[in-house]
Amino acid sequence: MAKTLFDKIWDRHVIKQIDGGPSVLYIDEHFIHEVTSPQAFAGLNKRGIKVFRPKQTVATADHNVPTLNQHLPIKEELSRRQVEALKKNCAEHGVELYGLGHPFQGIVHVIGPELGITQPGITIVCGDSHTSTHGAFGAIAFGIGTSEVEMVLATQCVLQTRPKLMRINVDGELQNGVVSKDIILYIISQISASGATGYFVEYAGSAIRSLSMEARMTICNMSIEMGARGGMIAPDETTFNYLRGRKFVPQGAEWEKKLAEWKQLYSDGDAIFDKEIFINAADIEPMITYGTNPGMGVGVSGHVPSLGEINEKEKASFEKSLNYMGLQPGVNMKGKKVDYVFIGSCTNSRIEDLRMVAGFVKGKKKANDVQVWVVPGSKQVEKQAIEEGIDKIFEEAGFQLRQPGCSACLGMNEDKIPAGKYCISTSNRNFEGRQGPSARTFLASPLTAALAAITGEVGDVREYVKPSRDKAQEVLSEN
Amino acid sequence: MGTVGFRSTVVPLNIENVDTDQIIPARFLKATSREGFGKNLFRDWRYSNDDEKQPKPDFVLNEPAYSGRILVAAKNFGCGSSREHAAWAIKDAGFDVVVSSFFADIFKNNALNNFLLPVQVSEDFLKKIFEAVQRDAKAEVEINLEEQNIKIIPTGEQEAFEINAYKKTCLLNGYDDIDYLLSIKPEIEEFEHHYE
Ligand code: SF4
Repeated sequence: MAKTLFDKIWDRHVIKQIDGGPSVLYIDEHFIHEVTSPQAFAGLNKRGIKVFRPKQTVATADHNVPTLNQHLPIKEELSRRQVEALKKNCAEHGVELYGLGHPFQGIVHVIGPELGITQPGITIVCGDSHTSTHGAFGAIAFGIGTSEVEMVLATQCVLQTRPKLMRINVDGELQNGVVSKDIILYIISQISASGATGYFVEYAGSAIRSLSMEARMTICNMSIEMGARGGMIAPDETTFNYLRGRKFVPQGAEWEKKLAEWKQLYSDGDAIFDKEIFINAADIEPMITYGTNPGMGVGVSGHVPSLGEINEKEKASFEKSLNYMGLQPGVNMKGKKVDYVFIGSCTNSRIEDLRMVAGFVKGKKKANDVQVWVVPGSKQVEKQAIEEGIDKIFEEAGFQLRQPGCSACLGMNEDKIPAGKYCISTSNRNFEGRQGPSARTFLASPLTAALAAITGEVGDVREYVKPSRDKAQEVLSEN
Repeated sequence: MGTVGFRSTVVPLNIENVDTDQIIPARFLKATSREGFGKNLFRDWRYSNDDEKQPKPDFVLNEPAYSGRILVAAKNFGCGSSREHAAWAIKDAGFDVVVSSFFADIFKNNALNNFLLPVQVSEDFLKKIFEAVQRDAKAEVEINLEEQNIKIIPTGEQEAFEINAYKKTCLLNGYDDIDYLLSIKPEIEEFEHHYE
C-alpha cells in the first residue's frame, strides 16, 4: 500500500496500539533543557528510578541563560537554580549536558541538527513546541509536555494518537528578497493559527526542494504556529550533504547503509493525505505580522485589515489584538517605526541567517534610535560568525552581537523588550507579552529585520535587492 | 478529576486563541516543582504590573460574580508553547475542567496528564454556555465524564463530548501514563532488541 513519509517512520516506531487509545511510540532521540525538565526528574526521583536510556537524551541550557557575560555566575537567582538543577540531574542520571561554557551549547533546536544528532527517519521529542524544527531532515519530531518528558526519561516512549496528515505544496519561483521565513509566515496567514491543529504537515514542492537545510528548518520550526503537531520535509541530496561529516553522523560503511535507508524516505506517488494545500511561490511577498498571533500577518506592502474585512465573530479578538499592538485597522505596515530589532531564536539564528543579515548591512549603519540585538543560536554559530568576520560587520553597523540562548524570543532572561515598544523580530511568536510585559512584536524574516535596523521602520526589502534569478540569500550576501 | 461527574458555576473567558504564554507568562516558569503556579495564572491579564496589588477590574478572574471549577474559553485554547506549567496553573487555581470549541494538541495532552479534563464542544453549544452565564453569573454546568456529557443546568441543553477510552479509564481511576509505560517495560526492551 502507498505510504506517506510520515507513515514510513511512524509505523517502524509503534511498539503497540492501545485499544481505543493512543499508540506507544518509541523515541530515538530526546532533547531536554532547563525549564521543562526539572519536574520530570523530580518525578523519576520520587519513583526511585533512573533514566532508562541515558545515551538517547541530550541536554542543553538555553531558555533562561543570560546572553552577556556567560562566563560569570548567573545573577538572577531562580534562573541560576534552574540551570544548576539541570546540571545536577544530568550528572546523577548520566545524561550528556552541553551547558554554559561548553563549545556545543546553544538553543536546543539549533544544536541537534548542527551536531548531526537529528537524522532522517528517526523520532525526536523535546519538552518544547518548536521541536518540529527537526522535521526538516525527514524525521518525526514534536514537542511534548513535562509529564511526557518524564515518560521518555523513564521508558524511552510516549503515548501518541496518530495525527491526520496534511501536505502543503509550494511550487514555483520565489521573488527576490523573499526567503523561507516569508513562506511559512505566508502559509500561516492563509490557514490561520489553528488551521493545522490535529495534523502533521509535510512540506513539498519545487520551492521547498530548492531551499537549503537551514531555510527548511525555519519552515518546519513554525509548523506549531498553525497548530500542527509537527512538520517534515523528505530528505534529499541537500539533506545528505548537510549531514555528511557532522559529529554524530555515522561514517564509512555505516554511513552508506544509512544513506541507502534514508533514500527510501519519501511519500509514495499515490500516497493519500487527509488534506492538501497548494501555494504558488510567486504569490509570496516579504511578510510581516501586525497582531498577537502568528496567523495575523500580511505582505509588507499590505495593510492591517480594516474592520470590514474581519468577520463578525472574530471582531472582538481582532480589536483586542490591535489595541494591544497600538495599531489602527486599515493602516499600512510600511513605514511603521520600530524601536528594537531582534535577530535570533530557533527560527532564524543559524549561520545562514547571520550571513544574510551581514550581507545586507555591510557598510551600513543602524538607525539612531533603534537597538539591535543579534543572538546566535549556538556557540558553534557564534564561533563561525567570528571566523567569517560577521562580528566586525555587526560592530560597524552598531548591532550588538550577544551570546547564544533563547533571549528575547521569550524574554525569560534579562533580554526583554520594554513595555509599549515595537520590536521587529525573527522569532516565531508575537503573543501578548512574549518578548516582555506589554512588548509589541512584528515577526519577519532576517532580511526584513535587517532593513528595519538600518531604516528604523518596516520596509519592503524587494526595493533594495538587485533583480536576479538567483536565490535572494546569495544575491544579498554578495552585495 | 477524581469525580465521575459534578456541577459547578463557571468562569467565562470569551477570548479566542488563548495561548500558553497568556495562561502563564515565561518569567514565571522558573520553579523546579509543579506547585504554586495558580497565583500567576493569566498574570498579565489579571494585574496591571508585577505588583499583585493592582488587579485589572474588568478581567473575568477578578470579577467576584464569577467562580467555579469550570473554565469556559473560546476557540483554539492553549495554543503556542508546550509548557505544561499552563495546565498546572489552571489546575492549581482550582479548575478541574476547561471547556472550549477547539483545543491545541499539546495542551490537551498536558491537561489530561494532570487530570484536568478538556471538554470540546460545538461552537453553537459554547455560545449557549456563554449566553447562559451572561444571563445569570450563577448558572451551573454539569460535567459527566462517565456518560461523556455536558449540560447547561438552567436551560437543560446538553451535548456529548469525545474522549478516548484509554484516557477516560485513566481519569476515572486516577492512573497515569507513566505507570502504564513502566508496566510494559519488557515489551519495550523486546522491541529495542529487534530494532535496527
Ligand atoms: S528560541 Fe524561542 S521558540 Fe526557540 S526554543 Fe527558545 S524560547 Fe522556544
